[in-house]
Amino acid sequence: MSAIPSSPLKAEVKKLNFYYNLVQALNDVNLPIAEKRITALIGPSGCGKTTYLRCFNRMHDLYPGNRYEGEIILYPDQLNIISPKVDPIEVRMRISMVFQKPNPFPKTVFENVAYGLRVRGEARRNLLEEKVEKALKQAALWEEVKDRIHDLAFNLSGGQQQRLCIARALATNPEILLFDEPTSALDPTATSKIEELIMQLKKEVTIIIVTHNMQQAARVSDYTAFMYLGEIIEFDKTDKVFTHPSIRLTEEYITGRFG
Amino acid sequence: MEFKEKFIEKILLLIAFSSISILALIAFFIFGEGLPLIWKIGPKAFLFGERWVPSQGSFGILPMIVGSFWVTFGALLLGIPLGLACAIFLCEWTPPWAGMILRSAIQVLAGIPSVIYGFWGLVVLVPLVRNYLGGPGLSILSGSLILSIMILPTIISISEDSLKALPPSYKAGALALGATHWETIWRVLVPAARSGIVASIILGMGRALGETMAMIMILGNAVKMPSSFLDSARTLTTNIGIEMGYATGDHRQALFATGVILFLIIMFLNALAIVLSRRRVG
Repeated sequence: MSAIPSSPLKAEVKKLNFYYNLVQALNDVNLPIAEKRITALIGPSGCGKTTYLRCFNRMHDLYPGNRYEGEIILYPDQLNIISPKVDPIEVRMRISMVFQKPNPFPKTVFENVAYGLRVRGEARRNLLEEKVEKALKQAALWEEVKDRIHDLAFNLSGGQQQRLCIARALATNPEILLFDEPTSALDPTATSKIEELIMQLKKEVTIIIVTHNMQQAARVSDYTAFMYLGEIIEFDKTDKVFTHPSIRLTEEYITGRFG
Repeated sequence: MEFKEKFIEKILLLIAFSSISILALIAFFIFGEGLPLIWKIGPKAFLFGERWVPSQGSFGILPMIVGSFWVTFGALLLGIPLGLACAIFLCEWTPPWAGMILRSAIQVLAGIPSVIYGFWGLVVLVPLVRNYLGGPGLSILSGSLILSIMILPTIISISEDSLKALPPSYKAGALALGATHWETIWRVLVPAARSGIVASIILGMGRALGETMAMIMILGNAVKMPSSFLDSARTLTTNIGIEMGYATGDHRQALFATGVILFLIIMFLNALAIVLSRRRVG
């Protein structure tokens, strides 16, 4: 574990182990997450990168038998996200997630974005409208949907739906936004729009992105962690990982010799 | 080979149409027998008349229409929350082993003959209502209670199926935004499954309207306008069921005419179920 980021940390993973019942999926991983930067997790299929990402908002809690060990400390209040004493709902209020496939709810564009706010008890119409518009603008979707904000979200294109899901996550001002291969179901044009958007968003929010697309990691991220078989093999600044990897396995992966 | 394929296709077409044509035949026959009487005494007198005294030639079925609606409404009032709660519980909280037991119990519930429900209602529910709430016991309340149990399997199984058919990404997406399990169910899953749930309710309603045997045993069959849930009543179906055995002439035709009204109501409900289950969600 070289290269501690120079910017302040938003979160820090310390000796995290994760088990699906008896199968260990993450093995003593550590990772600093720099505030308002983009950290990418790369690695071959099955290396545990999505499992890792899902620890950050406790999505593993949905299934019985999953078990965490170690710490993920969220700054500034030093909350250990994965402590059993911490309510996963509270964690998900602060750390939101965008999934692999766009998954808008079968509601209108407006109601999709307003959902997280409504869950938090916001019912004032004018405030909802204001925040929905702001989130849609942040997600670079406002111009395209402002005239059909009360249409069903399914009428949008795939890329628009994914930006809608990003707006939905942004509406509640999360501290960290998790992206789980957010462009793997999209065409190249929609992909580049999402990538641009992600780079824009780091001004406001800390981002962790899982991707199997190495060019994508190289293009958008500030820091990159290369994972293999449930361990972090190398973590460093993105240009360093892609130009001068210090470990042979990393080099073999990014040059396409396996994976 | 070509010929054989064509032959099989035509045979299947014939069989399919013959089953549909039975529906047409039933409709034709009921309407043929019932409509002349409705014309004879006038649709208004038939639908809105409050006196049903076949021996004097008065055939007003308003008390039966009102009775049917009261009983059905009562059954839905109890059956919808129970059924929906059960479907949600089965889908979201039940461990697999318990689900197996519950689902087969619900299957059994659907398989019990209605006369047994009527018998149980008569022996258990009717005395309870009579002793604790007053009235004859043979009442709309007792009938509604029994019917609400009888429509549960319909509401539970169709609602559960429509909840189960939702993509898991809805649930993951809602939870990832910080919603609790219940907020996820109530604000995302149930609205998303709404069309199926509405269809289940309407099919349950059709079952409640159509139930005859249990209602003959429990409702008391009084031909008068019910004024409370503790009154006896008669429904459209029980009216036919009780009197068809001995009716002749106009009386017999009046029972067919009752069937016409029942037929129209059921048709309307089915059409409504189809329209509502196709409607877009929003």
